[in-house]
Amino acid sequence: MNIPDDLLYTKEHEWVLIEGNKGKVGISDFAQSQLGDVTYVEVPEVGREVKQSEGLATIDSVKAASDIYAPMSGKVTEVNGSLESAPEAVNKSPYAEGWIAVIEIKDESEKNNLMDSKKYAEYVKTLGDHE
Amino acid sequence: MRLIFEKSVKGRKGIKLPDSDVPRAADLDSKYLRKEPALLPEVSELDLVRHFTRLSRMNYSVDTNYYPLGSCTMKYNPKFTEDVARLPGFTELHPLMPQIGSASSLVQGALEVLYGLEQILAEITGMKEVTTEPLAGAHGELTGVMLIAAYHKSKGNKKKYVIVPDSSHGTNPASAAIAGYELISIPTADDGCMDMEVYKSKLTDEVAAVMLTCPNTLGIFNTKIQEVADLAHQVDALMYYDGANLNGMIGKCRPGDIGFDVAHLNLHKTFSTPHGGGGPGAGPVGVNNKLAEFLPVPKVVKKKDGTFALDENKPRSIGRIAPFYGNYGVILKAYAYTLLLGKDGLIKVGEGAVLNANYCLARLKGVYSLPYDRICMHEFVLSASKQLKHGVHALDIAKFLMDKGIHPPTVYFPLIVKEAMMVEPTETESKETLDLFIKIMLEAAGLAESDPEALKSAPAEMPVSRLDEAKAARELNCSYTC
Repeated sequence: MNIPDDLLYTKEHEWVLIEGNKGKVGISDFAQSQLGDVTYVEVPEVGREVKQSEGLATIDSVKAASDIYAPMSGKVTEVNGSLESAPEAVNKSPYAEGWIAVIEIKDESEKNNLMDSKKYAEYVKTLGDHE
Repeated sequence: MRLIFEKSVKGRKGIKLPDSDVPRAADLDSKYLRKEPALLPEVSELDLVRHFTRLSRMNYSVDTNYYPLGSCTMKYNPKFTEDVARLPGFTELHPLMPQIGSASSLVQGALEVLYGLEQILAEITGMKEVTTEPLAGAHGELTGVMLIAAYHKSKGNKKKYVIVPDSSHGTNPASAAIAGYELISIPTADDGCMDMEVYKSKLTDEVAAVMLTCPNTLGIFNTKIQEVADLAHQVDALMYYDGANLNGMIGKCRPGDIGFDVAHLNLHKTFSTPHGGGGPGAGPVGVNNKLAEFLPVPKVVKKKDGTFALDENKPRSIGRIAPFYGNYGVILKAYAYTLLLGKDGLIKVGEGAVLNANYCLARLKGVYSLPYDRICMHEFVLSASKQLKHGVHALDIAKFLMDKGIHPPTVYFPLIVKEAMMVEPTETESKETLDLFIKIMLEAAGLAESDPEALKSAPAEMPVSRLDEAKAARELNCSYTC
């Protein structure tokens, strides 16, 4: 299971890469492996304000449609439009080509609600057959 | 397997049209004409009959094989209800007759069926009044949430949210959202029921309703249901009963008695009407005193002289939700089914469904993981997590079952169970059939260890091999091109 060190993670398996006041968001390798083949990604509108833990995007896979939650509050400044024609990027490259959106971070202290890679790796291990 | 288009031979015909005996109309404006002839298969009548007969023999149904598709209640539908629905006294009625003054005397029987089923369903659910109009379960849900919205509006309540557990059917949040509410999802606790602490923390006076499936999609009856309802009512949130799983408690427990204010039922599940090709279904909705005045129009009423009529005069009604009177044929079948079984028969339905599910559960538990390990109601959810250690997914086991002539359980639902396999045997299956299913499930678990490839390459015996589900979803193409 690939869990890069430079990212922060949510319990819902989103990651965020914080650079300055911007946060790039996607889903973890674990999340994509659980979802199975991704068939469609509904990205948010640029300019939308989201709150931490609020629905940000929707991912359809062969198994289910799943909500993707905003790891931090802020305004969506950029979305990954290439996912429309190539949703499989979420499976193939969850941490690079499969990114979903960039958020202008409103409150950096919210990162205290997130897990670092070590904590997230431990968290994933505790997940049994309940997801 | 060849498509009918691939069997086409240029110039071959299956029909001979007579010469036209009416004057030829003026030609259509060329802008309405197609540029090229339509691509139609050219085959003889015999080619056509063989093609479709062959297809029909590949069809899989409850009438051919076992079908333990969880959450769907794929029970056998006794054929006598088809006879009843085909009676000319019903099929030859015009749907406007009840609305045309004197003609309503000619449709008294048909109206009595609607009235009668409403009475029976009110008795079964413990509700005051029922409408049989909604055309499917999800339509019933939307109707139910609209009734709740009408109730809050009439009281001047400011409500914003609907609570659903994370084990809910996807239609619950969808119905609530379509009716204008925002959703609050409550996680499932280790006992398989909604987490009470989280529930209490989210239950504010802005909550309009709590939507619950009971027994829930894990096949578990929430023993704290009374407390859930009491807390909801303290903030004037209404309790919505998703009746998809009524088969597990019919005759034993009534939603109206355990605090629910509104309930929808799926006639095509518990009341044994066909699940067919997407419809028609029927999703009657029952309500208690709080909501009765908002029910849709028209409403069938029994007048003092014993005759039946349609009542359009309900000033606080949410209005019409469907053309005419619902899916009449389906309502008729459900009415016939309930009358034939009677009270004692319906109680046995629930008992049989629960017994069959627990029998399969007891035999399969251990070999397959059971994340929420409790006595189940009408269905149970296994996880293929043990098999996953050998690289075998729930989907592989599902495909293997197809090779063995058994419809797979529902897989990957509910979403809260990893590699979920949701099994609902129903009451109409014999012990021999259940034993065969168990034997094949045990065989699959054995193969997962000894020969995982055998599962991953299944199906081998089906008309088509393993389909590429991702490609089908990503590049959906429904029309044939040469």
